[in-house]
Amino acid sequence: MKGLIGKKLGMTRVFDEDGRSIPVTVLQCGPCPITQIKTQETDGYTALQLGFGDDRKEKRTPKPLRGHLAKSGSGPLRMLREFRTKDVDGYALGQKLTVELFEDVQKVTVTGVSKGRGFAGVIRRHNFQRGRETHGSHNHRVPGSIGACATPSRVFRGKKMPGRMGGDRVTVKNLEVVRVDKENNLLLVKGAVPGTRNGYILVKSAGR
Amino acid sequence: MSIMDGIRRQGLRDETPVFGVGDTLKVHVRVREGQKTRTQIFQGTVIARSGSGIEESFTVRKVSSGIPIERIFPVHGPNVQRIEVLKRGRVRRAKLNYLKERIGKKARIAEKRPHKKDTEKAKS
Repeated sequence: MKGLIGKKLGMTRVFDEDGRSIPVTVLQCGPCPITQIKTQETDGYTALQLGFGDDRKEKRTPKPLRGHLAKSGSGPLRMLREFRTKDVDGYALGQKLTVELFEDVQKVTVTGVSKGRGFAGVIRRHNFQRGRETHGSHNHRVPGSIGACATPSRVFRGKKMPGRMGGDRVTVKNLEVVRVDKENNLLLVKGAVPGTRNGYILVKSAGR
Repeated sequence: MSIMDGIRRQGLRDETPVFGVGDTLKVHVRVREGQKTRTQIFQGTVIARSGSGIEESFTVRKVSSGIPIERIFPVHGPNVQRIEVLKRGRVRRAKLNYLKERIGKKARIAEKRPHKKDTEKAKS
């Protein structure tokens, strides 16, 4: 399992050798220093804790976190995330993982926090159909009936209704890797990725 | 956004001829048929241009034996090998959608006498 923490930079297009236009999302991935190695003996499972975002001020970092990061010799970081691995041999604390990881990878899985849409109606949130606008209709964007009457005399749990939308953790699987740019730590992935521009994302190689 | 700008600039072609809506173009398109590639020429009037940078595209309309054909080309697509400007048209709007409902003589566009600076660019 190969994984990195990154940032979504935005979307554009590139052309392949046949001249087809491919929509791509540009992700800035890594370099991610290994901040902690979890082993079977000490933690009961194996994983690598990676850090990302070295634009954080020393002063703005809590002291306990500073101490934790000092163990791996890395400066203040914005984000720490664990990636489960089968074994942790060959990894050292403080070692920096870069996009080179994905050079021979065809497909990746990307996790991010989707854009917040506030209090959204039922059409936007659950893809309901709208009523007609004219011909005496008063039924425009309303949800309609939310259930029967005396039986069951309650609304079923999980009924699709208006409410807060977005801001959820969303994972998109099997995105094609279009290009890997080692120089600028960039990963170009086909299609859209959840989240806003400059939002943090987790990238993993797809599948097992 | 400077990194994004860098990526967007990578695929741009070095030179694009100056052309606008209303101009008559000859577009040399690379067509792949199985293993072979050949060049096809699509000649018609530009009825729209949209987008900017690598996303920029233009729409060319022609009437081929009575059947109107519109094709949208990416300005920077590698399959568009060459763009030749045959005529400059004098038009008063950005999208010539009114051409779609006209046929024959009514679908003509007045020719624009080119500016001096444009002719110099075309020569060089």
